[in-house]
Amino acid sequence: MSKYSEILFRPVFKENPIALQMLGICSALAVTSKLYPTLIMCVALTVTVSLSNFFISMIRNITPSNIRIIVQMTIISSLVILVDQALKAYDYETSKTLSVFVGLIITNCIVMGRAEAFAMQNPPGVSFLDGFGNGLGYSVILIILGTIRELFGTGTILEYEVFPLVQNGGWYVPNNFFSSTSSFLHFNWFNNMGFKGMAKRSD
Amino acid sequence: MIENYLNIFINAIFIENLALSVFLGMCTFIAISKKIEAAIGLGIAVIVVLAITVPINNLIYNYILRDGALAWAGLSDVDLSFVGLISYIGVIAACVQILEMFLDKYVPVLYNALGIFLPLITVNCAILGASLFMVEKDLYFGESVAYGLGAGVGWALAITILAGIREKLKYSDMPEGLQGLGSTFIIVGLMSFGFMSFGGIIL
Amino acid sequence: MPKINKDSTLNITFVGIGLCLLCSAIISFIAIQLRPVQDSNIVLDMQKKIVSSAGLEKVYGSVENAMSNIKTLIIDLDKGEIVDINPDSYELAKELREDGKYKFLTAEEDVASIKKREKYSKIYIEYKGNEINTLILPVRGYGLWGILYGYLAIEGDLNTVAGLEFYEHKETPGLGAEIDNPKWKALWKGKKIYQDNGEVSLKVIKGSVLETSDNFSYEIDGLSGATLTCNGVSNLIAYWMGNDGFLNFINNLQKIDV
Repeated sequence: MSKYSEILFRPVFKENPIALQMLGICSALAVTSKLYPTLIMCVALTVTVSLSNFFISMIRNITPSNIRIIVQMTIISSLVILVDQALKAYDYETSKTLSVFVGLIITNCIVMGRAEAFAMQNPPGVSFLDGFGNGLGYSVILIILGTIRELFGTGTILEYEVFPLVQNGGWYVPNNFFSSTSSFLHFNWFNNMGFKGMAKRSD
Repeated sequence: MIENYLNIFINAIFIENLALSVFLGMCTFIAISKKIEAAIGLGIAVIVVLAITVPINNLIYNYILRDGALAWAGLSDVDLSFVGLISYIGVIAACVQILEMFLDKYVPVLYNALGIFLPLITVNCAILGASLFMVEKDLYFGESVAYGLGAGVGWALAITILAGIREKLKYSDMPEGLQGLGSTFIIVGLMSFGFMSFGGIIL
Repeated sequence: MPKINKDSTLNITFVGIGLCLLCSAIISFIAIQLRPVQDSNIVLDMQKKIVSSAGLEKVYGSVENAMSNIKTLIIDLDKGEIVDINPDSYELAKELREDGKYKFLTAEEDVASIKKREKYSKIYIEYKGNEINTLILPVRGYGLWGILYGYLAIEGDLNTVAGLEFYEHKETPGLGAEIDNPKWKALWKGKKIYQDNGEVSLKVIKGSVLETSDNFSYEIDGLSGATLTCNGVSNLIAYWMGNDGFLNFINNLQKIDV
């Protein structure tokens, strides 16, 4: 059991895909303006990477090596299409906010990276866990970012007003300083240093 | 008429710069911007790939995938837009492969210079992102050529500027915590602030 | 069982084709199953925007109830008359691309900086019995960063504003995007559009409107830090309620009751 929990949790802290491996940054920057779309994006990515790892691992023994990238891409693209269709059907508002970024999960380095690095060499059950773990690692970072950006950008969390805005008679001026992605970039190295420190300590 | 194309072209370079406004293609953007020659090489490759794939995807979308597009084949009731994601990425992968083979045979100098970048371009979010934006904006064929070229030039411009700045900063006295990725993120953030000043321009 | 040679041509073909067929079958199946839900989402989304511009959701309790009292019509903007075109097949984006269905605006005409104006427009009328209770018109114009798209709802006297709601824009959050602020939107209710001589007077001013001002019923408070966005709003009202916009239609409506 501990082997499985190791596979599941290693990508969350020790080998966090965004903070340490610098993968999957594109969508992290673009969708985290508000917390709710961020949550949906995290679910979408976790589902995709877990299932894609699972299916790719299932057929790893019959996949010819010279078309393996294409095979991986086909499976990943199909899963993303399914996720996109489901989102359009059951949460149309968020689907409009996320617009092209759900589609961009296909090119998300995390998904392709784990497929090539882990799923091609390991059995389906473990691959699923690895995918899920990486999804969790990605989600942790995105949720932290989304919370900070929404809180300081518009004074709300999940649309629930935390800092009373000036417009509504309060004191907080939503300056969108954090909402602007550029400011986020200024603070990413905090994450970087923080996680690196944690990784060093637990080794 | 030409004004419309020029507008789209300039818009794609400055106002909706794929790297600095929408933050696509970040992984390779940050990784390759350490040396100017590498950055320019990658930038040119991106321009070529985008200038080819966006128009092709436009044709595929307008004549095969969208609602009623198959009217010329007698199937006017068919809406295949959900297959879009797979077809675009398939086109991109195929184009990059063909480009690689073409360069290897006819322009080996360039092929050697670009080295591993060409395969990297396939999974670059910016390439797929540009095609997805083109579909969202519902462009004509001519407009999509202008958009593909503009998007490529914009991305290439951004990575070249970043490489230039990073090379200059190589010899400055940076605090240890900020070296490498920390400073890169801050630079990208400032650049994107700068590009925000182009917003709202209509030709 | 003989070991499968992964890299044999037969295997490549088999895996390649098999995977394509399997994936296509699954995605097509799911897409078709979900298609009706998705379509109804899009329709509902549109309806919500229309209904909320006039504040009708509160009046009727739900978007569906409101929509059952609303008639969708296509009108010819130049002639100001209703035309017999199926509203369901009308799409603004398509109209602006088909030859003959739109015209380019000259610099003088293009007060709202929208470059092209469609020939036919899709409008909505809420009926109470046989009387027109609310007229809901699609309006658009350039703000600061992009085109503002919204609905202007007018009451039955065809001069009093019931509401103005922008459903799509790219304005700066906290500044121009305050056009979405319910408090600012509430200022529009009850304001008048036309002076007695038929001129459009409704506009957003700089600063706050004084209650003693002569033009009190035609003015809306400005948004601080959002001058250009507010100018954009005033411009689009001036354009769409003028004779290149819906004025002809409104005049015709006042002569006969639809």
